[in-house]
Amino acid sequence: MPARPSWIPYALIAPSVVFLAALFLVPLVQTIWLSFSAGEGLSLENYRRMAGDLNFALAVKNTFLLTLVVVPLQVVLALGMATMVTKLDKGRDLVLWVLTIPLGISDLAAGLAWLALLQNTGYLNSALYALGLIQGPTGWLSQETPVALFFAIVLAELWRATAIVLVILIAGLQLIPKEFAEAAEIFGAKPWTRFTRITLPLLKPSLQSALILRTVLAFEVFAVVYALGGRNFPVLAGEAYVWQNDNQNYGVAAAYAVLIMAISLAATAVYLRALRTRPEQLP
Amino acid sequence: MTHPVSLRAIAAAAALFGGLTVAHAQETIFYSTQLRPIEEATKVREVLLKGIPGKVTYVVDEPPAFAVRMKAETQAGKRTASVVGALHGELQPHVPADLQPVDDVAAKLTDRGIPASLMDLGKLGTGQQQYIPWMQATYVMVANKQALQYLPAGADVNSLTYAQLQQWGKTIADKTGQRRLGFPAGPTGLLPRFFQGYFYPSFTGGVVTTFKSADAEAGWNALKELWAVSNPNSTNYNFMQEPLLSGEVWIAWDHIARVKEALTLQPDQFVAFPAPAGPKGRGYMPVIAGLAIPKDAPNRAGAVAVIEHLTKPQTQLATAAEVGFFPVVKAELPTDLAPGIKALAGAVAATQNAKDALVSLLPVGLGAKGGEFNKVYMDSFQRIVLRNEPVKDVLEAQAKVLDALMKDTGAPCWAPDKPSQGACSVQ
Repeated sequence: MPARPSWIPYALIAPSVVFLAALFLVPLVQTIWLSFSAGEGLSLENYRRMAGDLNFALAVKNTFLLTLVVVPLQVVLALGMATMVTKLDKGRDLVLWVLTIPLGISDLAAGLAWLALLQNTGYLNSALYALGLIQGPTGWLSQETPVALFFAIVLAELWRATAIVLVILIAGLQLIPKEFAEAAEIFGAKPWTRFTRITLPLLKPSLQSALILRTVLAFEVFAVVYALGGRNFPVLAGEAYVWQNDNQNYGVAAAYAVLIMAISLAATAVYLRALRTRPEQLP
Repeated sequence: MTHPVSLRAIAAAAALFGGLTVAHAQETIFYSTQLRPIEEATKVREVLLKGIPGKVTYVVDEPPAFAVRMKAETQAGKRTASVVGALHGELQPHVPADLQPVDDVAAKLTDRGIPASLMDLGKLGTGQQQYIPWMQATYVMVANKQALQYLPAGADVNSLTYAQLQQWGKTIADKTGQRRLGFPAGPTGLLPRFFQGYFYPSFTGGVVTTFKSADAEAGWNALKELWAVSNPNSTNYNFMQEPLLSGEVWIAWDHIARVKEALTLQPDQFVAFPAPAGPKGRGYMPVIAGLAIPKDAPNRAGAVAVIEHLTKPQTQLATAAEVGFFPVVKAELPTDLAPGIKALAGAVAATQNAKDALVSLLPVGLGAKGGEFNKVYMDSFQRIVLRNEPVKDVLEAQAKVLDALMKDTGAPCWAPDKPSQGACSVQ
């Protein structure tokens, strides 16, 4: 068999690279350029404006806080659900389908669904009133109830976005040979030991993928927050939206977009390094 | 023999091309920033534009895109729209390069009874008519009748003061346990206009020049007291008709088009009345939309026909009934008008005819910086009322932002501020 020329793989991948460059890199460069454009020539004015804005510090804090709370909870929940699903004999497909329903719902629709539950005339207040626990409609989503609002957003995010983590982890679990766990069991390892010593290490590549994807999406959270809290809970993507659409200042909006990208890239780099897997540990 | 055949062919071709030209010239593109929501746009297409000879295509766009397109078509030397509909402030930047004078149209419409003051506005500061007033709206207060029993002694809803409104809200909160005064402070609420057309003029007599005056400081302190009795969900409200209908809010301020549904669905439940007065008078902001003809319009005759049709009394009344914008022409509202619309019409009339009425225009000359102009007022609200920062400090800081913005845009003062030479500045 003749040896294949070494350039064939690159030739085959070229169309995708060109496509990616045209539809991703060009807009990316334009956005970065826009973020440094103000008046004549290059300038840091847009970044200064962004950093000095009323909601900047709050948006950064809220975005990080939400990410730090939601992502770990989602990973834990997804691990629990994935483990249970894997152990099912009957009805596995049905359970999996039900658990992934939120994947098919848009962010904004999910936010509006939770809004219907939690607003003053929503189901939660109706139920609490029927049980005699509240005297009348109670506000949970206003700027005067920041803790309740944060909790509502966390709940909506958990419900909406845990499924993506679940799907990745289930795929990862299926790659782990059953024999590993069986062998450990024979040698007397307890379930918790098997989970922490065998399953988790072998699941590391999937965890890496899930964490990268979920964290990047968490830094871009917008629609759920917008639906539930409007401007009561500023987040970075929300501020980018406001500067673009309300303030019509595309330079500052671009600066926010670049900041979000920089944070996402940094988080990705951290995960790639911290969860790096040595080749011999791969399943 | 050859010659007659050629002549016949030429004649046939001329007739054909002439026909095509006539067919093409019959279409009029009506490009508008107004009546954009799909329900309203549908009303325009199916009801309000009925009866105009030829085909009229109604196209809607956001104000910033409207501005870009008008300029772009002028630069390109190719115009698509023959008639445009937009607010007074949105048309201002397009004089003289993008619009053509319509004095001839104005002359045709003298029998419509459009007030001279509105026609003067339509000159946009020039000696010629630049747009014909199309329709008007304003902002009003709407109250659930349940709230009327809690009015302060001696207060008349048609001549409320801000102090009385605050007392009213406080009494309701004390007696019912719920704060039921509401403002549209949500993401797409029109609260910026409350500051620019109602709050600032009423308390300070100006909107830009008086931004950080002692009167403004007193006004913001009064607003903090008002907010203390306002529904905390106000920062989630965008259209006040929703919380009014749900009973969450009993007293609200908003644009007519955003409270209309409450009065239409439950006319027996609500009353409408002018916004309150402050120390300087009863500030109010008429929202005037105008019809203009772009320079080099493809079908000027069609544009004139659209303008003539839309300013007919019956079309203006249909506009009021269908989309909640009120006539600019002399038109007797019919006795069979829906009760909700009648209540709104009463509130509009009471607002305009108030002895202490103080007119504010929509911001003029800011171009694409209108959003940042709104932000100055909303940031002040956020910092002073929601985050409880010291009033004087906030006004000093925000005044710098506002002043820089006015200098950047070069926008001259508009009512209620006195006319300025060059950019309007904070004093």
